[in-house]
Amino acid sequence: MITLDNATKRYGPITVVDGVSATIPRGGVTSIIGPNGAGKSTLLSMMSRLLPLDAGTVHVDGLDVSTTSGQTLARTLSILRQENQLTVRLSVRDLVGFGRFPHNGGRPTVVDREHIERALEYLDMTELADRFVDELSGGQRQRAFIAMVLAQDTDFILLDEPLNNLDMKHSVDMMRLLRRLVDDLGKTVVLVIHDINFASCYSDTIIAMRDGALIHQGTAEEIMTPEVLRDVYDVDIQVELIRGNRIGVYFA
Amino acid sequence: MRARTGALPAAVVQTARRPVRTLPPRVWLVVLGVTAAALVAAFLLVGLEGNLAYVLPRRLNRVGAMVLVAVAVGVSTVLFQTVTGNRILTPSIMGLDALYILIQTSLAFALGASTLLTLGPPIRFAVEVTLMVAFSSMLYRWLFTGGGRSLHLLLLVGIVFGVFFRGASSLLQRLMDPSEYIILQDLFFASFNRVDPTLLLISAVAVGGLCVPAWRLRHRLDVLALGRDTAVGLGVDYRRTVTLVLVICSVLVAVSTALVGPATFFGLLVSALAYQLCSQFRHAVVLPIAVLLGVIALVGGQLVLEQVFAFDTALSIVIEFTGGLVFLALLLKGRVR
Repeated sequence: MITLDNATKRYGPITVVDGVSATIPRGGVTSIIGPNGAGKSTLLSMMSRLLPLDAGTVHVDGLDVSTTSGQTLARTLSILRQENQLTVRLSVRDLVGFGRFPHNGGRPTVVDREHIERALEYLDMTELADRFVDELSGGQRQRAFIAMVLAQDTDFILLDEPLNNLDMKHSVDMMRLLRRLVDDLGKTVVLVIHDINFASCYSDTIIAMRDGALIHQGTAEEIMTPEVLRDVYDVDIQVELIRGNRIGVYFA
Repeated sequence: MRARTGALPAAVVQTARRPVRTLPPRVWLVVLGVTAAALVAAFLLVGLEGNLAYVLPRRLNRVGAMVLVAVAVGVSTVLFQTVTGNRILTPSIMGLDALYILIQTSLAFALGASTLLTLGPPIRFAVEVTLMVAFSSMLYRWLFTGGGRSLHLLLLVGIVFGVFFRGASSLLQRLMDPSEYIILQDLFFASFNRVDPTLLLISAVAVGGLCVPAWRLRHRLDVLALGRDTAVGLGVDYRRTVTLVLVICSVLVAVSTALVGPATFFGLLVSALAYQLCSQFRHAVVLPIAVLLGVIALVGGQLVLEQVFAFDTALSIVIEFTGGLVFLALLLKGRVR
């Protein structure tokens, strides 16, 4: 369970995240949606202690992210940011191996190797394991980083726009994979996502933000209504029920 | 879990591995280690004649200074580059050695150069290094822990810092008594040929003492090289580690500047070569290789200059020239993230 209590971030006079309080249940996919500049990524960065909070607290599995040691947190929650540029040249297997760092401090054991191979296999990256990360396509690189996060083997996985730069097929693969992490391995996945229809089809909980505030939280049925979506995006969005999924139509 | 049908047989995967681009790191370590040892031996023994009790300690002194400088510059450059997240900044380019000279000059100005000299190398060095660590951690910590600053901004800040430190030093030097200035000049233009044995001993202790924490940080440094966010996500205490590395770098730069004066591009040359040679990211490999390359460049270069060309002042010029070319090549190649 992730508990946010009055989480606030300010940059000078501008408040980017304004006193957000919420509870994200353990197990399940939680999507954070909202227009650009709503503070979604900032909120996720604060949950993962990449950004310090200016006020309020965040507890992940009972651990206060502001005070708990980095290593303990790194065994509880993992974070994947949007832009993952590497200045070092390393192979996919080496990158995935870094996911074990919180557990082994850089000295891999047999157990660590098993975790690495399992993570590679889970993401279909075994054949690419010896390639350099900078030689991969965008989608493959994204999967390599997810494999690293998977090797970290934390109960909580936070992802900032994991569908960025992915085509339709890879987006669907990614969302299915996140679903499998929850359904097969019992992980808790929290992601920032722009596509409301992916959020609708794959999430157990949706959190909607606007202007730094949390304005709605609920299941896909509760959030995917024209009224709520209008409230969030200021756009008239029709919601159709297609094969049991609520799909927002906003293209024309 | 989904069944994978498209998997290649293991044998094919094995042959499809990345092509061998370079010798394995362990081989490089041995080759470079043997070369460095041979050069040191040659430096000590070639043309050894006359009064051994006089010549040999002098040569030992010089070769000791060179090895220390190689260690200090190699380790500080690699660490600094990891912390700043790019392969083109070095402590010298960011003005760290100019800061050391400024501190030395200010001390001489405030206390008087002769007082400074009578303090004796151990106390003088301790005071200078303490000030150096204090100032450099203040100046550089905010620069690098802020995150997300462009390389060009950093380079520019470094150059401005360097110019400012050098300008302030030369202003103070002009204001001081000429005789004091001569004493001071003697302090920072020490070359390999006249290194004070006490200073050498202190430097050896300092460098040796700092290599221990640097070596123990090696795994954390590997993670740090992935960038701040990833490192924090993997549980590295970012601020503490960066501060520690900057302190180590400051002292190492102080040591090498105190021993032989500023060397802007030497560190860049050594680290660029080390990364090029072993194509490895692990600090456990890169650090010793950078140090060994430094020893080879300094001792080998000095040996060739003395024995073959029979003049012994121009090594720094040759190294700076080559290092400058490498710097330009790296910039043009665009590997500057």
